[in-house]
Amino acid sequence: MSTITWITARGLFGRRRFLLLLPLPLVLLGLAVLCRSLGVDPGEWGPPVLVGLGLAVVLPVVSLIIGTGVLGAEIDDGTVVHILTKPLPRWQIILPKLGVAAGVTAATVAVPLYVAGVLADSVRLGLALAFAAALGALAYSALFLALSLVTRRPVLLGLVYVLIWEGLLGNFVSGTKVLSIQQYVIALADRLAPSGLLETTVSVPVASVMTALVSVGFTVLAIDRLRSFSVAGETS
Amino acid sequence: MSTLSLTGVSRWYGNVVAVNDISMALGPGVTGLLGPNGAGKTTLLHMMAGFLAPSRGTVTLDDEPTWRNPDVYRRLGLVSEREAVQSFLTAYEFVLASAKLHRLADPAAAARRAIDLVELESAQDRRIGTYSKGMRQRARVAAALVHDPQVLLLDEPFNGMDPRQRLHMMELLHKLGDAGRTILFSSHILEEVEQVSGTVQVMVAGRLAASGDFRTIRRLMTNRPHVFAVRSTDDRALAVALIAEASVSGVELDRTGLTVRAGDYGAFTRALPRIALSQGIRVRQLVPSDESLESVFSYLVEA
Repeated sequence: MSTITWITARGLFGRRRFLLLLPLPLVLLGLAVLCRSLGVDPGEWGPPVLVGLGLAVVLPVVSLIIGTGVLGAEIDDGTVVHILTKPLPRWQIILPKLGVAAGVTAATVAVPLYVAGVLADSVRLGLALAFAAALGALAYSALFLALSLVTRRPVLLGLVYVLIWEGLLGNFVSGTKVLSIQQYVIALADRLAPSGLLETTVSVPVASVMTALVSVGFTVLAIDRLRSFSVAGETS
Repeated sequence: MSTLSLTGVSRWYGNVVAVNDISMALGPGVTGLLGPNGAGKTTLLHMMAGFLAPSRGTVTLDDEPTWRNPDVYRRLGLVSEREAVQSFLTAYEFVLASAKLHRLADPAAAARRAIDLVELESAQDRRIGTYSKGMRQRARVAAALVHDPQVLLLDEPFNGMDPRQRLHMMELLHKLGDAGRTILFSSHILEEVEQVSGTVQVMVAGRLAASGDFRTIRRLMTNRPHVFAVRSTDDRALAVALIAEASVSGVELDRTGLTVRAGDYGAFTRALPRIALSQGIRVRQLVPSDESLESVFSYLVEA
């Protein structure tokens, strides 16, 4: 394990912010178990729980908390200077941090989604949801990691993207779905396990290409921004 | 031996000029960067350390630019003013992580050597979060020294240190400077710079106001006109005697006492007791009324 990975993981799990991650996946899990045990028709509870809660809220919000935390927290408290004063090519800082962010997000989100998918339909749907969510975690993490280098308000901007762009506009202006990671995840999961529970207008090729583009593009942006990282002078 | 060179370096933020056309070359030894708060010392240090692009001019370490060039950190260490450390790590873990990130051949030995250098062995296994300010500072210095850099930049390193830690840090900087390393530290306290460095760069309002041997600059500073408020048992008689003294350039008498303008700080403060004694006057109060560092600096700029 690289030193950057180790410090990032220690920083992530060492902060209280990490506890914020737990309730959302638990709610998802709890709702799925509850609906199943009450014998509600999966056609009724599947879409709102799997998509409305799981893919539209849990995945992006967990990604946001972690993705803006792995580097953003260090930028906020100034400890990033310790990592930057090392003769490391900047990709060797961004990639491990992206790895930790995507990995922890995927693990946190994929497990409850897998269970919920199994309860709603089949093991196949569970695996498809988990796999698509892992890809989505990578794309979201790359986006939010880059955001934490581009702006001083990454959480706010991230929330605007998730809630306004994906959540609100996605329902009214169908064109915005082409630029929505959430829709890519739905399209990919539905392709892997067609169940009738997941619906999107984005085609699978578009979803695959865009997921790759978002992941790579924002990673490259983050690396470049870190190269020109400026420390603002303290005004006393 | 490494040389850090600045050529015509300026940095502005919108309309505000933080650093204004500074050129200097820093060679081996300890150099103090002296200036009042807000003079642009931190901005200059950040540009030297590659954390800020100069708006104009160049900053190079041995002819390589420091901006967008992580390779300079093989030869350069930085201790920033912000005392941020990963407080969940112990000092040893923190310094060891630095050593590993530098890809040193034997990171554990390098970490122990650096911790040894700042005398932090006894506390090295405690979390940094439990440290005092001075100890945190030393942990940060150890991390910055772990790869034995040729150039070490320190931003206000003595802030928050107690006198013993301060003394120890000064000795450490001396030792590093004597060993041929290029050390630059910033400070707004004259006495700190006086004790550590022979060479100073004085910055005022973004400009380089003076540069060179500390004693010369100190003399410039002490030979400026000084103003003292004096009260005695017989102000008028004292005024008469004082005006005959060569070091005194003016005396003013009012109800609160005397205001004395002296050209030479040392000569006047030696002459006053002698005169008072010979006149049989008792001096009740002697207050230098214009001793703020800012006024010293602004005098330097005008000179």
